[in-house]
Formats: sequence, structure tokens, C-alpha cells
Amino acid sequence: MNEERITEKLNILADAAKYDVSCSSSGSKRKNDNNGLGNASNGICHTYTEDGRCVSLLKILLTNHCIFDCAYCVSRSSNDIKRAAFTVQEVVDLTINFYRRNYIEGLFLSSGIFKDADFTMERLVRVAKKLRTEHKFNGYIHLKSIPGASDELMREAGLYADRLSINLEIPTEAGLKLLAPEKNRQDMIKPMGFLNKEIIQRTEEKQLFKKAPIFAPAGQSTQMIIGATPETDHQVLYTSNYFYKNFNLKRVYYSGYVPVMNDNRLPALHTSVPMVRENRLYQADWLMRFYGFKVNEIVDQQNPHLDLDIDPKLSWSLRNLQVFPIDINTADLQLILRVPGVGLQSAQKIVSARKFGKLNWEHLKKIGVALNRAKYFITCSSVKFERRDLTGSAIKQYILAQSKSKYLKNSVTQLNLF
Amino acid sequence: MTTLIYDGSFEGLLTAVFEIYEHRLQHIKIEKGEWLATALFEDVIKVHTDERRAGRVLQGLQKRLSAGALQRLYAVHMAGMDGEDINIVGYIRYVIDSVQNVEEDYGNRYVLRVAEMVRMIRREKHRMEAFIRFQKLQDETFYSAIEPDFNILPLLGKHFKNRYTDQKWIIYDMRRNYGLFYNLHAVEFIALDFSTTRPDNVISTYTEDEGLYQNLWKNYFNSVNIPARKNTKLHMRHIPKRYWRFLTEKI
Repeated sequence: MNEERITEKLNILADAAKYDVSCSSSGSKRKNDNNGLGNASNGICHTYTEDGRCVSLLKILLTNHCIFDCAYCVSRSSNDIKRAAFTVQEVVDLTINFYRRNYIEGLFLSSGIFKDADFTMERLVRVAKKLRTEHKFNGYIHLKSIPGASDELMREAGLYADRLSINLEIPTEAGLKLLAPEKNRQDMIKPMGFLNKEIIQRTEEKQLFKKAPIFAPAGQSTQMIIGATPETDHQVLYTSNYFYKNFNLKRVYYSGYVPVMNDNRLPALHTSVPMVRENRLYQADWLMRFYGFKVNEIVDQQNPHLDLDIDPKLSWSLRNLQVFPIDINTADLQLILRVPGVGLQSAQKIVSARKFGKLNWEHLKKIGVALNRAKYFITCSSVKFERRDLTGSAIKQYILAQSKSKYLKNSVTQLNLF
Repeated sequence: MTTLIYDGSFEGLLTAVFEIYEHRLQHIKIEKGEWLATALFEDVIKVHTDERRAGRVLQGLQKRLSAGALQRLYAVHMAGMDGEDINIVGYIRYVIDSVQNVEEDYGNRYVLRVAEMVRMIRREKHRMEAFIRFQKLQDETFYSAIEPDFNILPLLGKHFKNRYTDQKWIIYDMRRNYGLFYNLHAVEFIALDFSTTRPDNVISTYTEDEGLYQNLWKNYFNSVNIPARKNTKLHMRHIPKRYWRFLTEKI
């Protein structure tokens, strides 16, 4: 291996792939039962970049040559940058050698479009196939499917990959037309529909025949760029909800737009990355997936944007004060999950612990409840109830006055963005 | 106040609990190690680890705890956190004194403390699964040195055996001076004598391409950073500085 050349390629093709935010290596159940290398069942972040993001997979492009000219993308054809391409064997060697040293959980392989969708997809599949069949590699493989690839290639990809994804790129079709006129929303949705059907069918087969091969065991995910186009959070979250419901997606990732080029269709180069908004979207996404919230409870026509200064659960609670106060010692788990400052784990602990005796403020604090928020919405085995007759806006003021948001210094510029 | 001194083993601790009940002790201190001269002036019981007595306490625990909870209790003791034996004994006494299974009674301070310790141990075990960096030696063994805060090495064997079935590896705890060695069949405990083979001697026998992959990994680590999103506080929270000297990308 030519050290200098491979180093340069890795630098170029890792740099180009870094804007893809998908990082998860969990949700699969591939075991090392062939005396080979690795298992994909854990989900481990092996390191963190200086911007605080998890590094779990070797995330690279096969090539940054691309026939498309999408405005938001560094690899777009009109951008004057260094181009490179890995060979199939180079990607395989990097993956195996990084994995053996415990640097990574596996491979995330994406690509610019070489010639056409199938030509490119075929190469991605070949890397995965080689890893699985020739090297008995059982680590995690996430392939970025190429929109417009044929069903046959998608099916083969599902046999070797743990997760497949197609980036929706922009939350709405209109936004996509504006920034990526050559891309077609239907080309993205069609393979998702195909994979969804295939995954359901293969899962049923697996239940009948233990030896049936596993097929994309970690399912599908997608990603949307936030802040490159003027969509509201209402539009973004309804899109996510649609894909969770209709395509059984495992995750939707939100990628705050990092201005990488000058284009009058896009926010100017010096615009800051909408980190707070991205964070609020993830919180809202969590509420939908784990906390039993419906999308219309989080955003609606009257409130099309998430609050930037408080989290979406607190925001919902302040709009729905009639639900509160909730008695921690008797309420259903589902209701306790709706209390601001109570997370999944503490809600479960509360329900377990109260079988042994009534809980008071001290207990709740020790269990890990964020009382600075929760105390306005609950009663427990203690006489004093903090909310008294406060209005929603008064509660918000109290909470904001007490907490130092880690984003506070950013939030002024954030607000100006929209 | 009575001080019990035991040998540091889990059986020893269980024997100590037996003695607490036998002598109906209420206020106790518990310490590991030898009988110290100063201890002579206090009210001290030297616990002689006794299989039969430990076994009876263990039976009592088995009756009132799930298998998982008992395993966690064992792991918490093995981890060797400073000054926590008193809480572990408090937990055992609370379990034995209760009629029903109280392992989820997080309103009780001992149950909560043990749960906290379990969380700390799990976190460090998980961190080691993430932060261990192997270096390939000339004999094809992959070597890694670590210095975890707690004694979690025994908890790591299964994970790495399942993962690296086809390569020999060593994970060495420099602080506690023992390691795990997987010889392609089984994991065994080893102790390296660094007085004759210094640590840097062990790892001076790299394979040729070890340096190449270390450099590629460092380069990769720098390439994936997005300067516009720099967040040092978050970075430090995820990888505390004390682990850096074992991380290829941070050296």
C-alpha cells in the first residue's frame, strides 16, 4: 500500500463524508458465529471529534467524483476541489485493520455518483460482499443507497449491510427542487418502499426458518438538512412522522446546515450552524419515538416552530397546564413520562420505587429527576407544591432564571436566522 | 462502634456480615487488610474468611435477590471503590432484614447507592470497550494497556472474546498489574514482569504496518472534525483527559 497516496485519499474522502450525521452502530444483531472477525450488536462510540460528535464507524465516500450539482454538497460537480476514489480492496483493508485495533465498529460507506446510480451502487455492494464473504467480517456495515438504484442491487445490499439509508436531503420536495434540481424525490422514496417491504417479508421468513439469512437487521434511516431552505419545524417533523409511520424508519437524522459555499439560494457563508434548532428537533424526535407524544402535540399550525429557549416537552407542558399537577405516587408511567425534567430511566425508577413506599422530593432528586423543571408539574409525598397559582409564562421565567442554558450565548444569533 | 477487618475477598465480606449478625452489631466500620497496630486500641474484630459462614449469607441473599442483582452486587465489590464497603454491607443487611425482594427500592439509600455504583462500573466498562486501542505485535498478538479507575478487567473478557475470535490479544491493567490474554481458545489472567520486560520493550516489537495504521487513524480523526461546530466542553465530557494517553488519536 502506498502510504502517501492512501493517506491523501483517506483525508479527502473522510472529509467529504463528514457532513453525513448518521453515526449509529446499534440496532443490529449480527453475531460472530463463524469464528471470524467482529460482531455488530453493541453500538459503541470509539472516540469523539473536537466538535463533540461520536465516531463509531469508518465514515468515508468511495469517491467524491459526482455527476450531480446539488447546491448544499461539497462534492457537487461544479465545486473546484481535489477528487479521489478508493478501490474496493483499499476500503476493505482499511476497515479490517481499523477494526482489529478497536478503532471502529464497522464501515459507513457512501459515494458520489460516478456514472449512474446502478454503476455506483454495484461498487458499494461489492465492498460489503467482499468483507462478509472473503474476510468473515461481522462488524457493522451501513451502506448509503444511491437513489434510483435497481431493486436487485438493493436486495443484495440488504443481504450484506446492517443498515441502509437514503438521504432525503431537504425536508420538502419544493426545497429539493430548488437546491438539487437533478434529484428526484420519487427516486429516493421508491427504494425505501421496496426495502421496507423486503425487511418485513424477511423478518417473517426468519421467524419460520431459523436459517434464513438476516436482511438489513438494523433497518433503514435517513437524514435531512436543516436550515438550508426555509422549512418550518412543523414541516420537518411531519415529514419525519410520515417516514416513521409509513416506512418503519429506525432513525431520522437532522443535520444543521454548515455553509460550505457561496450560492444565492443558500444562507450566506458566515451564517452560524443552527445547532440549537438541530438539538430541539432531536428532542422532539425523541418525544415521538420514546415518550408517546403525537407529532401534532409538539408542533401545529399555531406553533410551527419549536421554542429555542426551552425544550419541546416543557413547551408542551406550558401549553397544557390543565393536565398538571400529576401525583408521582399514583400516576401512570405514560403520564409521568410527560413531566418536564423526568427522563425514561427516572420514570421507570419512580414506578419501581413507589411500590416500596411513597416518594418525596428528596427521593426524586436522588433518582435523578431534574427538579428545577419538574417541581412545577408534580405533587409527591410532601406538603409543599411549588407551582402555586403560577401562569405558564411565570413558570417559564422561573425556570429560565434558574438554569444556565449551555446555548444561551448562541441563542441571540440563532433567533435572527429565521 | 466496632471495626471489622477482612481480607478484601467477597467471601470475606460475606463472613463479616455473618459476624455482624452473630454479635448483633449495630454501628460498624469495615476495612480491608492486615491487623494494624493502631487498631488494637479500638473495638476490632478480625474476620477469618470462612466458606461455611459466607455460604449461609449467600444463601440468604439468593433467596431475596434475583440472580442479576446478586451478580451486580458481586461486580460492585470486585470493582474496589474506595470506602464503599460500608454501603455494600448496608445493602446486604437491608436485603436480609426485608421480607420481600427490595432490589428496586430506590427510596432506600443503600439500594440507590449500589445502583449508582453499578452505573459507574458499567460506564467505565463501556468506556474501556470503546477506548481500548490495540497495537499489533510481531507475533500477531494485539496488545493494549489501560488504567481504569475501577477494577473492571474481569468484566471485559466476554466482550473482546466474542469480537476478536480470530486474533490473539492482551489487555493489560497497568494500575493493578494484571491482564487478560486470549490465546485463540480461551481467556486467561496473566501478570507481566515489567522489571525485566519494560512496557516500552513489549510494544517495541510492532509489526511493520502498525505505524501506518496509527497514522491513518490520526489523520482520519482530524479529517472528520468540523471546525465550524467546535465544542471543546462536549469533547472533554465524552473523552475525559485521563484516558488520552492511551488513545492513539490523542497522543
